[in-house]
Amino acid sequence: MNPPTKKLSLKENYALLTRGLGWEPSYEKHEDIFPHVQFEGIKIHDWDRWEDPFRLTMDAYWKYQGEKERKLYAIIDAFQQNNGHLNVSDARYLQALKLFINGVIGLEYSAHRGFNMIGREFPGVGARIAAQMQAIDELRHAQTQTHALSHYNRYFAGMAEFPHQFDRTWYLSIPKSFFEDAISAGPFEYIVAICFSFEYVLTNLVFMPWMSGAAYNGDMSTVSFGFSAQSDEARHMTLGIEVIKFLLEQDPANVPIVQRWIDKWFWRGYRLLTLVAAMMDYMLPKRVMAWSEAWDIYFEQNGGALFADLARYGIRMPKYADVTVKEKHHASHQLWCTFYQFRHAAGFPVWLPSEEEMDWFSAKYPDTFDRYYRPRYEAWRAMDAAGTPFVNATLPLLCQTCQWPLLFTEPDDPTTVCHREETYLGEKFHFCSDGCRDIFRHEPEKFVHAHLPVHQIYQGHYFRPEADPTAPDFNPLVEALRYMGIEPGVDGGDFRGHIDAVNWEQWSHRPASLHEPMQTPPADEQRKTA
Amino acid sequence: MSVTAIRPGYHGDMKDTVEHFHGKQLVSLWWDRHLMYATPLCVPLPPQMPFGALVEQVLPGLFGQHPDFAKVDWREARWQRDGQPFDPAMERSLADNGIGHKALLRFRTPGLDGLHGACF
Repeated sequence: MNPPTKKLSLKENYALLTRGLGWEPSYEKHEDIFPHVQFEGIKIHDWDRWEDPFRLTMDAYWKYQGEKERKLYAIIDAFQQNNGHLNVSDARYLQALKLFINGVIGLEYSAHRGFNMIGREFPGVGARIAAQMQAIDELRHAQTQTHALSHYNRYFAGMAEFPHQFDRTWYLSIPKSFFEDAISAGPFEYIVAICFSFEYVLTNLVFMPWMSGAAYNGDMSTVSFGFSAQSDEARHMTLGIEVIKFLLEQDPANVPIVQRWIDKWFWRGYRLLTLVAAMMDYMLPKRVMAWSEAWDIYFEQNGGALFADLARYGIRMPKYADVTVKEKHHASHQLWCTFYQFRHAAGFPVWLPSEEEMDWFSAKYPDTFDRYYRPRYEAWRAMDAAGTPFVNATLPLLCQTCQWPLLFTEPDDPTTVCHREETYLGEKFHFCSDGCRDIFRHEPEKFVHAHLPVHQIYQGHYFRPEADPTAPDFNPLVEALRYMGIEPGVDGGDFRGHIDAVNWEQWSHRPASLHEPMQTPPADEQRKTA
Repeated sequence: MSVTAIRPGYHGDMKDTVEHFHGKQLVSLWWDRHLMYATPLCVPLPPQMPFGALVEQVLPGLFGQHPDFAKVDWREARWQRDGQPFDPAMERSLADNGIGHKALLRFRTPGLDGLHGACF
């Protein structure tokens, strides 16, 4: 009988996985096997200096993830069996979930693809293993998020066609184009963009409001997904900081390249997070904190400390960080005003904030809300009461880089739209900010072929095959909505009278918005009046 | 600066040049100090359209719901074309007024500064 094999220590196991698995090619050239690690100009002298701080091995990885899956699915089962969808705070909370399923799951899947690609492209085995594990994490997140939300889809509108909406809906081109920009860059830019600028610097601002928001609003299913993803996110964030230190320590020539990527991806990530700003301030019935407070804690304080720490490598704060601090008093309000006027073309219904909510905004945004935004909502409320609710039926001018409509104002003048322009090869391009114009100026060859939904609609590309543009009653905007999978009255429109609001009150006997009275009187009162 | 790409000479197609718009060109319109319209608005227009037709036929459909719109005196309106002040000739075409593809026309209506002192 053979003596029992000695069990490897974690350190030995990790060393064998990340060093022993690699080999030097004998009959193929190194640069032919790893053709994409040179062109970005990043210099790596010693891939063995890459250390995964978790030293996670494959057997440990599968064990941890398997345990988390078992717990998560037990909770999702219990949630479904107990009609958990009726225990959330109100029917407006469900609208925030629609941003999640239509906008975020597609990003998780894109991240899965991106990490698979860099897992193939990096020559260092430690880095490849880390990328491979993160690729599996991201796929798991896409799947578990879908499962966590699938129960809501049985009862509420606007969630059933999420991959379709992610690819086609006008405002979801903002997250989609963000990730496609990253994935079509080189492997080093991708990892700085996603692991560092997004995961490390900004991801708290996604997970904190969404997951605390889910907990505050009684959404056991989504918050359980959050717990299940949290340890992965912690690992991704740690990887993000390791990546940046590794690149900066390998060669001083890497510093200016990395700094430019940080500038670019901080700004792109920040613009993307405007969606979260509006969700936090307007869509969570029970609020966690205001966007301005979240930005202060998670970027100004935490991010400030991070960049102070990175100063020893010659890295400074991302360019235009000062603009984000000025915009934090305005961004969520400006976006909600935009969604309100384009609500007929949104994938979720939109509402005007109640008196009680406006008082909360006045307290949280003392310098801006009463002066600039309360008058807007009061004017729109009056137009609505007069039977002429305000609608903007024309398509907006989009930013060539971030793809938001030009909805942000000048950093120092909240009464004037911020507009920047650039002419390149005789063609004009429009931008929402200096940050977005800088990105274009550095890579015009890439951004000239951005897919801007407004331009695509006017070019005639946003029609379904059966649409007939020669028909006398052909309406290109109606056809474009059909192409995006947005059905007026089922997806977007007014929250008052929306199918989710009506069903919610019928099923739960609670108001569709907890800040407003019931939209429809209870059935016994209806009988009395009849 | 230029993009760093795997292959030298990489250049994406110009996706939105004027020939993609079936004889029309894009024009964006921005009514200064009227943020009820949260963003400048983008429409496809024939370059032969007289500027006067833009004012009389296009703008009401875009901005007509604002209470200030009916009060606008177009003789007093002050225009900017691509960031520079200009005086449009109402009877001449957009093209003859120097308004090219993707032009941004910004106009200010003196005396009308939006609602509630908030440029709304």
